[in-house]
Amino acid sequence: MIGVISYLVFFATTASILAIAVLGLNLQWGNTGLFNGGVVAFFGAGAYGTLILGGTAQTGHLGGYGVIYPLALLGGMAMAGLMAWIVGLLTLRLRHDYLAIATFGVAVAFENLMRNAEWLAGGAKGVRGFERPLRAALGDGFVYNLFFFAVVLLVLIATYVFLQRLVVSPFGRLLRAIREDEEAAQSLGKNPARVRLVAFVTGSVILGLAGGLYGTFYAFVSPQDVLPTLTFQIWAMLIVGGAGNNRGAIFGAFLIWGAWTASGWALSRFAPVEVQLYTGSVQFILIGSVIVGMLMWRPQGFLPERLVVSHKGTTQTE
Amino acid sequence: MSEAILEAYAVTAGYVPDLPILRDVSVTVQPGQITLIIGPNGAGKSTLIKAIAGLLPVSGGHITFAGRDITGIRTDQLSAHGIAYVPQTDNIFRSLTIRQNLDLALRRAGSEAAARMGLLFDQFPALAAKQRDKAGTLSGGQRQFLAIAMALATGPRLILMDEPSAGLSPKAAQEVLEHARALTARGVSILLVEQNVNQALRLADHCFILAEGRNQIDGPAEDLRDNKVVGEIYLGNRRVGAA
Repeated sequence: MIGVISYLVFFATTASILAIAVLGLNLQWGNTGLFNGGVVAFFGAGAYGTLILGGTAQTGHLGGYGVIYPLALLGGMAMAGLMAWIVGLLTLRLRHDYLAIATFGVAVAFENLMRNAEWLAGGAKGVRGFERPLRAALGDGFVYNLFFFAVVLLVLIATYVFLQRLVVSPFGRLLRAIREDEEAAQSLGKNPARVRLVAFVTGSVILGLAGGLYGTFYAFVSPQDVLPTLTFQIWAMLIVGGAGNNRGAIFGAFLIWGAWTASGWALSRFAPVEVQLYTGSVQFILIGSVIVGMLMWRPQGFLPERLVVSHKGTTQTE
Repeated sequence: MSEAILEAYAVTAGYVPDLPILRDVSVTVQPGQITLIIGPNGAGKSTLIKAIAGLLPVSGGHITFAGRDITGIRTDQLSAHGIAYVPQTDNIFRSLTIRQNLDLALRRAGSEAAARMGLLFDQFPALAAKQRDKAGTLSGGQRQFLAIAMALATGPRLILMDEPSAGLSPKAAQEVLEHARALTARGVSILLVEQNVNQALRLADHCFILAEGRNQIDGPAEDLRDNKVVGEIYLGNRRVGAA
């Protein structure tokens, strides 16, 4: 029984971390219409940044700065934000498809940099030597995982509340206005380039937060953690859950991560041995089929963006 | 004649570098008047208004507003100069309520925003009645009124209107154009691009006719109304340049 609970805690922690990342992408795509095809780069910047700043000294690459954990996490988020600001200045004038290609290129470059620049982050061996916060007091077992899950859950709730408030604020309405019609927004004196940059950086900081928590949870990050696969998964979560709806983003994260892990379990248990060799590929086909199916039959996702007009005339986004 | 509030002089502009749609086009707008731009399809009317609005690069000539050079100024900076632009279509935000649409436009009004919102609702009672409805539920004519109200909310001295009657019923088109006329009584100048030539010529003060990206004729609207040459050029019965 404890094994099942332990696994559920592990599953829920990973799904919650991914849900935070999907919320970040939802701000960019769902609320602002920015097609970020390089999600994993910003997630990775948060993970690498947190572990390099907060880890112990390692020979051969940067690290060992001994920054206390909250500041290390903030540092990782800041790195994701800084990278987004630079990338945004260069690419945000591009239209959807070109922006997707450009940001995808950034993610590929990021992965290659992490894989090849050993002096920077350990190359293919990744960043090790990170001491998880409060590990000395709580140990490495179930209690620690439960504690960490509680922390991640609080961060997820805080991120959700922050974004809900953001989308119903005047700034949130401006994001939707620019998503709907940039020219009309410009004619009212709004600067879409600046607003989109703010949304892109904010979304990327949230992606960096998710990456920092991910790196903390595993106390390790390597180029294998920043493969384009993760971008694909996070997009699948948003599409299936419902772009433009923060609840949909969280629901999609849990649903797709559940489907991903369940399909891996089912394949390992029931599929012939020769098929098990291709478990990863089969999972991709299954998840890809889900995305195609959703886009064909329910493109708005399970929990679509819904604008409810209250009696006071204010708009709530669900 | 008083000094023009807007002067576009020898403007050359287009969507693609080195392939101008407009060539040396000049127009002027007098204060408190409606200046009409007409011409056959492809004449460059919308290109001209977009070039003035900063949406297209101007490769030649210059544009001045109230004596100040505004050539190449970004669209979002024009409202601070007192110029509002009403695009032809997609000029409102459908997922927002009417009040929220106006709120967006009134963001710079600060403490005066509420009072100005009230004045706008007095001016557009149909919008006031539906202020909590999403703008996407409005009829075509009401959407144009909302777009005009949003432009007015920025406190403009000049409004650039790109075919406000496009897609409207004759009655709704008439109402929109008459409302534009009423705005001039409040001192607002209007540069109007229209396909609805007969109605627009009755309301406008001055008219410029473009064809193939160049100036053809201009003059007081009432003089051009019955001008046979205008009809020939506009209807395409006469070769451009022979006017």
